[in-house]
Amino acid sequence: MSDADAGQERSAAVDLTGVHKTFAVRRGSVVALEDINLRIERGEFVSLIGPSGCGKSTLLRVIGDLLPPTSGQVVVNGKPARRARLDQDYGFAFQQAGLLDWRTVQANIELPLELHGVDRAKRKDRALELLELVGLSEFAGQRPPQLSGGMQQRVAIARALAERPALLLMDEPFGALDEMTRERMQNELVRIAGETQAAVVFVTHSIPEAVFLSDRVVVMSPRPGRITEVIPVSLGDRTDDTREAPQFYAAITQVREALRGKPIAATGAVVADIERAQGAL
Amino acid sequence: MNLTRRATANLLPPIIFGVLFVAGWQLFVRAADISSFVLPAPSDIWSSAVDGHSRIVSAAGHSGLNALVGLLVGAVLGVLLAALAVRVPVLGGTITPLVAALAAMPIVALAPLLNNMYSPLSTLPRREVVAISAFVPIFINVLRGLSRLAPVHRELMQSYAASGTAVLRTIRIPGAMPYFFTGLRIASSLAVIAAVVSEYFGGLADGLGSQITDSVGASDYPAAWAAVIGAVALGLIFYIAALVLERVVVGRRATSPF
Repeated sequence: MSDADAGQERSAAVDLTGVHKTFAVRRGSVVALEDINLRIERGEFVSLIGPSGCGKSTLLRVIGDLLPPTSGQVVVNGKPARRARLDQDYGFAFQQAGLLDWRTVQANIELPLELHGVDRAKRKDRALELLELVGLSEFAGQRPPQLSGGMQQRVAIARALAERPALLLMDEPFGALDEMTRERMQNELVRIAGETQAAVVFVTHSIPEAVFLSDRVVVMSPRPGRITEVIPVSLGDRTDDTREAPQFYAAITQVREALRGKPIAATGAVVADIERAQGAL
Repeated sequence: MNLTRRATANLLPPIIFGVLFVAGWQLFVRAADISSFVLPAPSDIWSSAVDGHSRIVSAAGHSGLNALVGLLVGAVLGVLLAALAVRVPVLGGTITPLVAALAAMPIVALAPLLNNMYSPLSTLPRREVVAISAFVPIFINVLRGLSRLAPVHRELMQSYAASGTAVLRTIRIPGAMPYFFTGLRIASSLAVIAAVVSEYFGGLADGLGSQITDSVGASDYPAAWAAVIGAVALGLIFYIAALVLERVVVGRRATSPF
């Protein structure tokens, strides 16, 4: 964050007003997002959850100015989304780590800094600092293919944090990891988000993941993609014990019910099939 | 060291096979009493190669120089045109089909035609044949490498507000290096083939190809075969040089040495 942001201390990390997104397809168009209104405070952790096709990844890309909204206002860090992107006010972590295999881990983290003209010594200091934050200090000189999937994803998160963004946009970054690694990464992310004070918008398919990580879970429904419910979660300090706490389960149930709130024909049919199959056993 | 052991393990089977093959050849020729113009025995080829080794080495030098110059010209052209094709899509749409047509053409077939354009003492037509042969695989591979941009990298660079030039420099060019070397490896073998075969059609008689045709003309078959061995060695040298260059430039990023 630069000094220029000081005056915007009161502005939200993300402020979406009446956002619509329509994709043109061969025959007509598909409404991906309909009337999205959402305000995410500074330092807040918000998850976007919903079935495939509910537009959660699209929404994340609209916030990051990787996709333009068809209509509506997108304000990030008190600025229009495009300005925020040009100013590097956010860091983006994708489902694939997307590291450059020919660069060392350290050089991968330095990539955004290098592109924006930060000098070599400062880049190195920042990269080493971030490697320590994500617990990979001894891997600075390795190349990504030598790292496990979870480690690669941690490098990608460190890279997203390189410019000290006020906002971290994450698109199912743990989607490809096994369950154990995934839970460890979630613990790490809670800690990192706390230490960096960055707001996080986190897209996920996993209800426990959304509940564990978030201050608020935004539940979306598909066709057209819209926000159906926003569920506040307060689990306080999170440890592995949190995953067995009654509040954790209560919140999971709440999100699950919100997701079912507007039953989708296809899902309903699948559930009925499963119940029938169970009955037959 | 593990690496040496692995290199040995990789080299041993082809060496054993080669030795057995040559031994079988020798036995077969001697046992069946085959005439030298059909198939000379390896021992005859070997003694001819030893006797004429200075001739073969000097011929290999001439053919090798043609192959090297042509390869370099073809590689530079291939890389430049591929980069141009990626940067200027309209040009890419024009060049790519032409290269596809060029790839379908047996390029050594051009040799007699090119020979007619220059003085009989010129090495230029041969080098041109080599350059065209080498150009094709390098252009095709580099174009493929440069065109590849994973969606995640495209979005990442977009999130960095990076320019097209920055994307080219940080992702497309380094990402295309393995493709370039694949092209170079193919081109290095083609270059030697083109250099040798283009000598079959007359002109300056200083290379391995001329030596093969001359020896056959003089019914000295072991000498012709010895020149063929020279051509094989030359091809291997080119291929291995390309491989070593690849290891030096790209190899350090690879996880396994093989």
